[in-house]
Amino acid sequence: MNADAPILEVQNLSIALPSGGDRTTAVRDVSFTVGRGEIVCLVGESGSGKSVIAQGVMGLLPKQLPVTSGRILLQGEDITHAPLARLRELRATRMSMIFQEPMTALNPVMTCGDQIDEVLREHTKLSPAERREKVLAIIKEVMLPDPERMVASYPHQLSGGQRQRIMIAMALVLDPVLLIADEPTTALDVTTQAQILKLVLDLQKRHGTGVLFITHDFGVVAEIAHRVAVLRLGDLVELGPKDSVLRNPQHDYTKMLMVSVPKLRTEERPVDASAPVVLSVKSLAKTYDDRSWFGKRRTVHAAKDVNFEIRRGQTLGIVGESGSGKSTVARCVVRLVDPTGGSVQLGSDDIATLSPGALRPLRKRVQIVFQDPYRSLNPRRTIGEAMIEGPMNYGMAREPALAKARELLKLVRMDESAMQRFPHQFSGGQRQRICIARALMMEPELLIADEAVSALDVSVQAQVLRLFEEIRSRLHIAMLFITHDLRVASQVCDMLAVMSKGEVVEYGPAHRIFGAPQHAYTKALFAAAPGKDFAFGA
Amino acid sequence: MAELNVEALSVEAASVVRQQSAWQRVRRHTSVRIGGIVLALLVLVAVAAPWLGTVDPSLFDPASRDLTPGQTGEITTLDGEQLKHRFLMGSDSFGRDIYSRVLYGTRVSLIVGVATALVALAVGIVFGLVAGYLRRVDGILMRVMDGVMAIPAILIAIALVALWKGSLLTVVIAIAIPEIPRVTRLVRSLVLTIREEPYVEAAVSLGTPTWLIMWRHILPNTMAPLIVQGTFICAAGILTEAILSFLGVGLPPDIPTWGNVMAEGRAQFNEYPHNIFFPGLFLAVTVLAVNILGDGLRDTLDPKMAKRG
Repeated sequence: MNADAPILEVQNLSIALPSGGDRTTAVRDVSFTVGRGEIVCLVGESGSGKSVIAQGVMGLLPKQLPVTSGRILLQGEDITHAPLARLRELRATRMSMIFQEPMTALNPVMTCGDQIDEVLREHTKLSPAERREKVLAIIKEVMLPDPERMVASYPHQLSGGQRQRIMIAMALVLDPVLLIADEPTTALDVTTQAQILKLVLDLQKRHGTGVLFITHDFGVVAEIAHRVAVLRLGDLVELGPKDSVLRNPQHDYTKMLMVSVPKLRTEERPVDASAPVVLSVKSLAKTYDDRSWFGKRRTVHAAKDVNFEIRRGQTLGIVGESGSGKSTVARCVVRLVDPTGGSVQLGSDDIATLSPGALRPLRKRVQIVFQDPYRSLNPRRTIGEAMIEGPMNYGMAREPALAKARELLKLVRMDESAMQRFPHQFSGGQRQRICIARALMMEPELLIADEAVSALDVSVQAQVLRLFEEIRSRLHIAMLFITHDLRVASQVCDMLAVMSKGEVVEYGPAHRIFGAPQHAYTKALFAAAPGKDFAFGA
Repeated sequence: MAELNVEALSVEAASVVRQQSAWQRVRRHTSVRIGGIVLALLVLVAVAAPWLGTVDPSLFDPASRDLTPGQTGEITTLDGEQLKHRFLMGSDSFGRDIYSRVLYGTRVSLIVGVATALVALAVGIVFGLVAGYLRRVDGILMRVMDGVMAIPAILIAIALVALWKGSLLTVVIAIAIPEIPRVTRLVRSLVLTIREEPYVEAAVSLGTPTWLIMWRHILPNTMAPLIVQGTFICAAGILTEAILSFLGVGLPPDIPTWGNVMAEGRAQFNEYPHNIFFPGLFLAVTVLAVNILGDGLRDTLDPKMAKRG
């Protein structure tokens, strides 16, 4: 077989969608190749069909999504309609796949060693001792510490990054020629993501594996890709080497995506130091006691000694990885959870210790927008009902409340007709706009955005970010912006607090921290952010 | 490049979801249709019992004792008038018409089933909401519920009926009480999940009072699994009522219920199996129909519990 021949050839592939959807094909007339030792990134927003292509190659498509035309060739063999038995032979030996969520992709009741061993048992005639040797070798190769212990561990005993390494070990143990990675780092923290990306790069270089890497994140593309294929609603709109696609995109859609990727802004933003302080948090603490009848008592510090203040018209960003306590701080400020220490000074009132009754009149002054737009609206109530709920709680009559709701929908660029419709009739971005409008109905002094743009596609994210900026400058309110994404934070924040393990490790003007981070953790966080070498954004 | 119109190129405009309404899905489901049609027929039978060639189910005639199905005999009305009557399902050892008793018995069974489900759901929803939302009450309330669940349902029912007097109301309450802990547990677990939903937290930060949050945001979103649970309680209630009557601790024997008819036929089961066969058949068909309907509702309303298919 020719060494230069591509490992994977996808030729004019079309995959149908079940009738009743908003389009008839999941993927239309898509062609690309993956060569030996090459990493091809499939990039696209949600609904672009990138995962469907991966499933098509692995032969994992559900019956409702049949391949209607085109061919998929693996090392020259047509596997488009290969029988299940043949696919089973090919999977793991010639092609394998890793998934987004390593916790659900691993079997929780089998040890990691057994799960890797299972692949060997199915596909090789090795003796148990040889298999064990091979398992230990591959675990060493994915840089997991203490292989003996890893083999005996269950998935829940490992961290997210370690689980993903086990998945990679499982996928590569038989040295396949093609590795399909479906958003393998999306569920991971940015520092872990950087390590996993490096691991995938190392391994594929050493083994000469062809990689089909699926992602929505241009930062990741910039780190890892050789060639890039951009998908939009099932069409392949652009295909080319990384540098030319990222630096000199041809198609309008690619250009739009590149513009939408938030860029890391380091220039100074004018800060009005004389503006009144809206929120002042002093030595805020939240501990969780894990009290059980048996066993030791465990105390978890979700937040300790957190101090910051936000002035009118200012945005404070809190950045940190999962478990850093940034959401706990937000929830303490809204009093969705009760802080266990410190004070939360809202204007002249300390709301940290108020009783629920005394808190009620103050609640309207702080509003929050959550991460998941699909769960932030009650599915059984119309948008109009959701919008007027807050003001009516504080005594506003129905008619003026409805009038105000229509006005605010206009502010977030939604049509008035949305009032009579239900949440499921809107897209994620639209729902997030509605949630913002609902929060603004209360005329809050402080608006909290808890990862409010993290679940959105990059083009929608750009729009919502612009909306947040517009609201802040027009309504002159204070904002607390919580995110794990440094680029996003640099777009909207005047001040920045970096959190790690419940503590604020660095706090100051955003441009100063982005320009010259002081704390080791902040530096590590910045170093891990993918795509530093490319200038994204407009 | 900067002038590019981002909004115009955005993908999301295309993704307005077209969704079948829950009601449409329910109506198209085969099990729902089958169960629904059988139940509708049974309701029709129960309502129209007087016009379906029946006589007063309490009438008897010593001359027409132990007739086999299809035989013709005489029956004496309360005025002493002698009527010729064809006993479609035979007669019992008092000379009462089993056909009439079974048809009138449909009324009792359906009323008991539906009423039990409603009572158990109503009380269970209140307990469940309280336990799920007021953490201080939770421990005590749920331990009481655990206690109730530890006693066999039929024992509680027998004890309660013995304590009061056998009437439709007491039987319904006696059957409903052992079902309450199950509903409470279900509602509590639903509340515990739903109260963590961001839309409930949003309502909290919008200043919505707790009782209104329960009524407006939590209760409507527990309805689908509760309707499903209700059908299963209904089926269990119909069966338990029949068991109580059969054991002679349910409704008084002069009220025609399927359990009573079977109880009276028990002694002569070997010679005259029709005494038990016909009420038993009605009982089985009714419970089966309710359960099929419940399965269908579960598949359509509560996709998380539905079997994969």
